[in-house]
Amino acid sequence: MAIKNLYLYTRFERFWHWMQMVLVVLLIVSGFEIHGAFRLFGFETAFLVHNSCAWAWLILYAFIVFWILTTGEWKHYVPTFAKIFEVLRYYLSGIFRGEPHPVPKSERVKHNPLQRLTYLMIVSVLVPFQMVTGFIYYFYNSWPQAGLGLNLSTVAILHTAGAFAFLVFFIIHVYMITTGRTVSTHLKAMFTGYEKIEAPD
Amino acid sequence: MYSRVRRSVLGRMLPLFCLFSVAFWSWAAMAEGKVQASSAQRDRKSSPQPARWVTADHGAHPILQQDFKSPEEVTKACLSCHNEAARQVHQTIHWTWKDPADREGKMGKGGLTLNNFCISTHSNEPRCTSCHAGYGWKDSSFDFSSEEKVDCLVCHDTTGTYKKFPTKAGYPVTEPTTFGKKTFAPPDYRAITASVGRPTRQNCGTCHFFGGGGDAVKHGDLDSSLFNPGRELDVHMNAEGSDFTCQRCHTTEAHFISGRTYKQPAFTERKSLIDDDLVKLISCESCHTDKPHRMGHKANDHTDKVACQTCHIPSFARAIPTKMYWDWTQAGQKKNGKPYKVIGEHGKPTYDTKKGSFVWEKGVTPEYFWYNGRMDYLLLTDTIDSKEVVKLNRVLGDKDDPNSRITPFKVHRGRQPYDKGNSTMAVPHLFGKDKQAYWKSYDWDLALEAGMKAAGLKYSGEHDYVETEYHYPITHMVAPAENSLRCADCHADQGRMAALGGFYMPGRDRQPLVDIIGWLAVAAALLGVTGHGLLRLVSGKKKG
Repeated sequence: MAIKNLYLYTRFERFWHWMQMVLVVLLIVSGFEIHGAFRLFGFETAFLVHNSCAWAWLILYAFIVFWILTTGEWKHYVPTFAKIFEVLRYYLSGIFRGEPHPVPKSERVKHNPLQRLTYLMIVSVLVPFQMVTGFIYYFYNSWPQAGLGLNLSTVAILHTAGAFAFLVFFIIHVYMITTGRTVSTHLKAMFTGYEKIEAPD
Repeated sequence: MYSRVRRSVLGRMLPLFCLFSVAFWSWAAMAEGKVQASSAQRDRKSSPQPARWVTADHGAHPILQQDFKSPEEVTKACLSCHNEAARQVHQTIHWTWKDPADREGKMGKGGLTLNNFCISTHSNEPRCTSCHAGYGWKDSSFDFSSEEKVDCLVCHDTTGTYKKFPTKAGYPVTEPTTFGKKTFAPPDYRAITASVGRPTRQNCGTCHFFGGGGDAVKHGDLDSSLFNPGRELDVHMNAEGSDFTCQRCHTTEAHFISGRTYKQPAFTERKSLIDDDLVKLISCESCHTDKPHRMGHKANDHTDKVACQTCHIPSFARAIPTKMYWDWTQAGQKKNGKPYKVIGEHGKPTYDTKKGSFVWEKGVTPEYFWYNGRMDYLLLTDTIDSKEVVKLNRVLGDKDDPNSRITPFKVHRGRQPYDKGNSTMAVPHLFGKDKQAYWKSYDWDLALEAGMKAAGLKYSGEHDYVETEYHYPITHMVAPAENSLRCADCHADQGRMAALGGFYMPGRDRQPLVDIIGWLAVAAALLGVTGHGLLRLVSGKKKG
């Protein structure tokens, strides 16, 4: 088996990925501090960080969506159930026996079915959900003018639930980085854009 | 080739990340810095008081160049020019001790309300009315229509030498007289009238800083420290700074001084000078508007629900301790057959045979209530439930009322006698040389009998004691901005708003189920990836 060096992640893709990482980490940390889970920045700073990151992400998200739509990258997020059980089986047992990944990465298929589904849900459900609940929360003082008869606790609790979902995703995602050919393969790829793949000759 | 590409890409990406994170942090830090920027520099500048307001030299008026024999003669002289003044004063609560806003005439010291300090003025007038803007209210026969009985000087003396004697029903002395350690001299009316002027903090404070019978006893945010306060104690009255007089906020028109009375809120409309140039400056927002912080600051979003005082008066009685608890049931104990006092840690009495035991506190954290500017006062004729703590006044407001805001209060608690037979509160006759006065014979039944009679009320002849509360809105002693509350003082688990329920507050409230499920999911994810990783490690080794 030869090792191929595939250019998978373009410069902007890597940029938005790492920017999102910074934002997600800051949002989770500051958000849970605002939630009262711990004291780190101090409430006021946490509040400022959280709101600044929220705006930054909204802008970044617009660019990401534009990029995904215009570059044809959306193809990598079209859900497929083909081989999804093979992938599941691989992560549940095959990986321990050193079996090859059932869906190796290629320029045509950057993500395995599980990733496609996960990322699609994140980008189309979880991120918009957090943005919508977050910005409704943010504009609490304008609810009466906007005619919104909401309850702050409902909005805040939904936003908190979303944050937990993000935290769970984050933990698993960070771990999954280590499941490449070597522990650091995926991580390097997201910095350089090049992923080393074991490909059949 | 590969390594060169990697280096160059990394080389380009890393600084970019750094740049972005630095930009973020400096932005956040700057925003934070602005909040904490030297507040002394940001203190608003206000013009000093004009040296003279008036166009007349009172010393040159012939009518004032006489040797006044009595204070009433002074008043008559004043009224010879200011011929509307007494009738104006007659309309005010300063004269009637009944709230003009209360048509039934029940609200006020002269009416049927009471407190848990010395309880009521009825039957105790000569002592209490040393703070009446008049002369001779020694019992219920006082003529409230008399113009010459109005005391002009207590408010308009600028020499600081005019003093009403504590037990002479509002009169100054006619010859040097001692009260405790102080000697009161007869006023030099000629000198005093020659320099009358608009009231200063000295005039108002003579009574209002000593409510409840002594310095700082009653309000907690009004005491003698405000005669000459520093910036830390009161940014507005700061003697070195803007040096506000009381009327600077308590806008006064023809002797009617704006401010809260029993039935009337200090203001009913939230208007500022921007909306109306003749607005009374009685509320913070009259000058500061309802968006007083810099644009975009979250504090501006709080002004609909949180009174300015809540953050900007972080504690009251900051200079002089105030009375927080008064237990009348302890009164009457004697040492070697004699009344006595015990002086406590603050140099203030913690026991006094005449009054019972007290608790004083300094730098007190207020209690917070939803408040719409109105209070409800218990009357001496109202039936009480002696098993409950009796609220002698109640703070009105509700979280769902758009006119209510979270406001700081001093709550003075105490135990005091009530009429057990009639289930009403009771008036004791405390002051006097007669046998029925409590401070003479220490007999509650005699004192209550006489007190109730003077108030025109029935007494069953049977008394007991009840726990009571009296609420004072905290609104003076506004601290400099840098000493105001920070977010986390309230947005925290056991923060200042811990006692206020029924609404969601970030940092304080959460839905326990969501939190439990959330943290369980996080724990499961951590456990899962750790287990998975360990298995990979073990299986990898086996293979190797």
